[in-house]
Amino acid sequence: MSQKSARKAPSLLDWGLIGPAIGGAFTKLSPRLMVKNPVMFVTMVGAILTTIAGFTARMDRGFIGQLAVWLWFTVLFANFAEAVAEGRGKAQADSLRKARKETMARRLQDGREEKIPATELLKGDLVVCEAGDVIPADGEVIEGIASVDEAAITGESAPVVRESGGDRSAVTGGTRVISDRIVVRVTMEKGHGFLDRMIAMVEGAKRQKTPNEIALTILLSALTVIFLLVCVTLKPFGIYSNADLSIPVLIALLVCLIPTTIGGLLSAIGISGIDRLIRRNVLATSGRAVEAAGDVDVLLLDKTGTITLGNRMATAFLPAPNIKPEHLADAAQLASMADETPEGRSIVVLAKEKFGLRGRGVAQLRAKFVPFTAQTRMSGVDFPASNVKPARSIRKGAVDAIRLHVDRLGGRFPSAVTRTVDNISRSGGTPLVVVDGREVLGVVQLKDVIKGGINERFAHLRKMGIKTVMITGDNPLTAAAIAAEAGVDDFLAQATPEAKLKCIREEQALGHLVAMTGDGTNDAPALAQADVGVAMNTGTQAAREAGNMVDLDSNPTKLIDIVEIGKQMLITRGSLTTFSIANDVAKYFAIIPAMLMATFPAIAPLNIMRLHSPASAILSAVIFNALVIIALIPLALRGVSYKPVGALAMLKRNLLIYGLGGVAVPFVGIKLIDVIISGLKLV
Amino acid sequence: MHTSGWIELAFFVGALVLITKPMGLYLMRVLDAKGKTRLDPLLKPLERLTYRLMGVKPDEEQDWKRYTFAMLLFSLVSCLFTYAILRLQLLLPLNPQRFGPMPPDLAFNTAVSFTSNTNWQNYGGESTLSYFSQMVGLAFQNFVSAGVGIALAAALVRGIARHSSRTLGNFWVDLVRTAYYLLLPICLVFAVFLVSQGMIQNFNPYTKARLIEPYQLPVEKKDDKGGTVLDASGRPVMDEQTVNEQIIAQGPVASQVAIKMLGTNGGGFFNANASHPFENPTPLSNFIQMLAILSIGSGLTYYLGRMVKNQKHGWSVWSAMVVLFLAGVLLAWWAESTGNPIHQRLGVVASDGNMEGKEVRFGIFNSALFATITTDASCGAVNSMLDSFTPLGGFVPLFNIQLGEIIFGGVGAGLYGMIVFVVLAVFIAGLMVGRTPEYLGKKIQAYDVKMAMLALLVLCLSILGFSAWAAVSQWGLAGLNNSGPHGLSEILYAYSSGTGNNGSAFAGLAGNTPWYNTTLGLAMLIGRFLMMVPIMALAGSLARKKVAPASSGTFPVSGGTFIALLLGTVLLIGALSFLPALALGPIVEHFLMIHGRLF
Repeated sequence: MSQKSARKAPSLLDWGLIGPAIGGAFTKLSPRLMVKNPVMFVTMVGAILTTIAGFTARMDRGFIGQLAVWLWFTVLFANFAEAVAEGRGKAQADSLRKARKETMARRLQDGREEKIPATELLKGDLVVCEAGDVIPADGEVIEGIASVDEAAITGESAPVVRESGGDRSAVTGGTRVISDRIVVRVTMEKGHGFLDRMIAMVEGAKRQKTPNEIALTILLSALTVIFLLVCVTLKPFGIYSNADLSIPVLIALLVCLIPTTIGGLLSAIGISGIDRLIRRNVLATSGRAVEAAGDVDVLLLDKTGTITLGNRMATAFLPAPNIKPEHLADAAQLASMADETPEGRSIVVLAKEKFGLRGRGVAQLRAKFVPFTAQTRMSGVDFPASNVKPARSIRKGAVDAIRLHVDRLGGRFPSAVTRTVDNISRSGGTPLVVVDGREVLGVVQLKDVIKGGINERFAHLRKMGIKTVMITGDNPLTAAAIAAEAGVDDFLAQATPEAKLKCIREEQALGHLVAMTGDGTNDAPALAQADVGVAMNTGTQAAREAGNMVDLDSNPTKLIDIVEIGKQMLITRGSLTTFSIANDVAKYFAIIPAMLMATFPAIAPLNIMRLHSPASAILSAVIFNALVIIALIPLALRGVSYKPVGALAMLKRNLLIYGLGGVAVPFVGIKLIDVIISGLKLV
Repeated sequence: MHTSGWIELAFFVGALVLITKPMGLYLMRVLDAKGKTRLDPLLKPLERLTYRLMGVKPDEEQDWKRYTFAMLLFSLVSCLFTYAILRLQLLLPLNPQRFGPMPPDLAFNTAVSFTSNTNWQNYGGESTLSYFSQMVGLAFQNFVSAGVGIALAAALVRGIARHSSRTLGNFWVDLVRTAYYLLLPICLVFAVFLVSQGMIQNFNPYTKARLIEPYQLPVEKKDDKGGTVLDASGRPVMDEQTVNEQIIAQGPVASQVAIKMLGTNGGGFFNANASHPFENPTPLSNFIQMLAILSIGSGLTYYLGRMVKNQKHGWSVWSAMVVLFLAGVLLAWWAESTGNPIHQRLGVVASDGNMEGKEVRFGIFNSALFATITTDASCGAVNSMLDSFTPLGGFVPLFNIQLGEIIFGGVGAGLYGMIVFVVLAVFIAGLMVGRTPEYLGKKIQAYDVKMAMLALLVLCLSILGFSAWAAVSQWGLAGLNNSGPHGLSEILYAYSSGTGNNGSAFAGLAGNTPWYNTTLGLAMLIGRFLMMVPIMALAGSLARKKVAPASSGTFPVSGGTFIALLLGTVLLIGALSFLPALALGPIVEHFLMIHGRLF
């Protein structure tokens, strides 16, 4: 999962972070903040009541005082966990904020340039940026091409190209133009820009609870209410039984029973989930998106760049009947001479390797290069007629384009070539038909190169219960062959933006949650429709707006990491909830006998941990309850490890560790604490 | 713990397994408005006629709100109907003993009790109620309150099984079909069987029998005005009275008992309930009655599996129930066979364990088994006196009720109670597979959690709240026959039984006082109807959801891991909330008994 550009995770024992977090633990005691977390709010009220009881009590003041101290610690530890998680984000936000310096913008007004502060820019304004200028706001390049240093947001020092039109037109406020001049139309006003949102996200300032977090909070609150009821009614039951159950002891029982562990760590888990994404250079616009990533069960992956290496390579020349291979190779090489695409270059190289044909310059041949256009869907070269030779027109292109071309010239498309084309397609190659005038010379076979290790990755995904769908512009035959070779579950061939959108809608109608990546403006509808839409940072502004995540590294493979991070966050949440609830068993065995011992000494056998005294038993349970929050902070921040082994195996493993473990651990922990505090004669 | 007990237990579980599938398949037909049964030629015209008379359009389905409203409205009207009969029984036919009207508080308690399928009885049937009251006022409720429970379970299961649907079925259709096709035919056969075992079924006035051995009874001497005559030291003067005849109560017993068991109502015709020879004549009638209590609850788990097209899930839920059932039986049986250590120290030979309050013809095992079953389900019929059980033996029925009677449970109520726990188990542990929780492909979201927890909260609030109030109030303590922890158990048991709609009692509590009648009545209403609303809301919410197709990443809702998880959730979430109160009741009492103190 590691990425070269991943930001380093701060160590858990970074004093630069812990210092402010300790302060944060206290400032978070404000009731206005506390009330958002009902579990910890109840704990704090309990701490206050116990403190008051400690001051007013005539007996056991030492014991009640210690209870109060540890109840306060429980609250503070929970606040501390949240503060640490936020602190890790803040450190990153600070480095981002440096990029958001006050800049002056060069606004174009009726063709004239004027200098105004960037903060006064409005949506729709045009600004000029030249080498050395900081781009004042998010926008779209409408004129020119420039290389831009985006290190401020991506941490990547290599500059990227931004140009008008096409899919690389978006620029981000705060990045710097290194060369050339561009005109940018502002799409986001200051304060709502990409960088601003990124900072807000990282800091967790505008963090809203995700749907599952809300549901979990309801469960925890309801449990708190139930246990409150249990402890409140215990007082009258005690009166009936002539057992004097003091308020501090009932509060101790209450705090031990309500799920303080998960209640204290819940927000830290959420914050650190987003933090883990950011360290992989993925920016989520909401926690909701991270949660949805865990649920995703269909991944739409672009073939190019994700499944295959970016470029297809020419691998064979397959001539038409009665044509010599050399002849085909020569024509193909000529047609590709000025073709700067990697495919074109690979044809030149192959011709040289196979038949020793040397590349020739277009100018030297006095030929005219015909570039690929969307209308003709062919490229090639035209030689003017000369004394020696008649005019020649060589074209290469996809089979249906060439067939049309040949038909129009009155030629015949040999059936043998059709067969060759089909064979190539079926084997996952891309056929490129070469034609000289109206004579079909043969086919150049281009092949996709599947990325190493991608097969295993898909197998993993399948184990996780995730279906992979390859999206490609190739024809169905080619697509099927590549899909089989790469090991994806399904493919969408000859994909248009509309087809992508339809595919997503269909999967969603079946109840699936779909994730996809995209960069172009025409991907925007699909990105918006997908449950998790990851836009590439190199993409257009439209794409970045439509998706709910942006990958700053523009690496489509990262979708898989994102899903894993989402899952990890959910697992951590579930595991700690289970652990927290399971803890109650041991706490009952510590506190209940201790509470009743004075009135009913016969209940002693129920003290199965053989705790020293009633006071030490109750105090040990409270101390354990507080310390377990601190002990689990690293786990909450790091996340429970995730292995793609299938739901049942994972459930078994986590139930064993956090369910059974949650029952067993506190027995040991409480006993240990009891031995220590009774050894120190604290009670 | 004799071998005969083990053999009978094996037979019982075997019989339960055997009837589960046929019952489940039959429920599939009954609870499908268009389902076909062999009884159609006979009952279809009657069914159609009923709809016409009620003005019900059987094809029209209801959403959860309308379904719930119909259910509540029906329960209210039928409750008032029963109340009226109890108050007016003197004016109504079939009252050979000329019983007067029931007092208002007792009539409220009784009407609520039978409407809510609780059948808590603060009265003695043979000394209070006319045959008409029994048959029309109460037996009618035995049928329809069972029908309401089954209808609710069916609506919830439909909510799980359907997707993107607003409706959950038609309450009136479910009620009518359940009564006509399921309860009436089975009860008819069952009642005939019971008569064959010696159970009575008549409208005769009570019979007087001359005793072969008349006996003397000390009674307080009364003066002319009816006051007690006191001696010099202020104690009442006692007279010897000779008793030489016995009144033997009669009545249409078999027909009442059949539905009392099948519908998990539990309200006895006689005060002594299923320990009365006329209400439970033979070991075979005892066995079949116990089986009848669990039959529909068990069949409903199969219905669940069928409906959601995951039979393994149905059987897994069933297995979790059986594990809890066996644990309860074994604990109660062990506690009762071990008996009272104080008796043993005194040299009393009680080789058979604690026989106090038990029928000799049933013995330890059948009493413990019956007590466990009647509280696993929300039946509440008893064939022994729970108040006389050992502390741990009595702990089992109390604990069973407090779990929410989800071990097969009351007809319908058991299943929907268990599904609440399934939803919670899935929600808590579901996250651990790395997805937001889903139950059979449906996302469990904030609203669903809220409704599920609300149902639990209602149970807790009513049981603990009322018990705590009674435990420290004058009226509460006045009803106690026993002091100390045992007294607390009695109070706790009363409100648990009322809220859980069980109806059995730790009979040491004198509950027929205005305070107890009213608070227990409220507990029964809360436990039934405040539970129903959130569960119906849950059903409505689940029905509206889309279903995510299953994959290897889907949370498994069958198999050993799921069963263990469900058990863990039931015990942790369901039981832990009552543990402190139980500690002050039966648990402390147990330890005190070991140290030689009784209450």
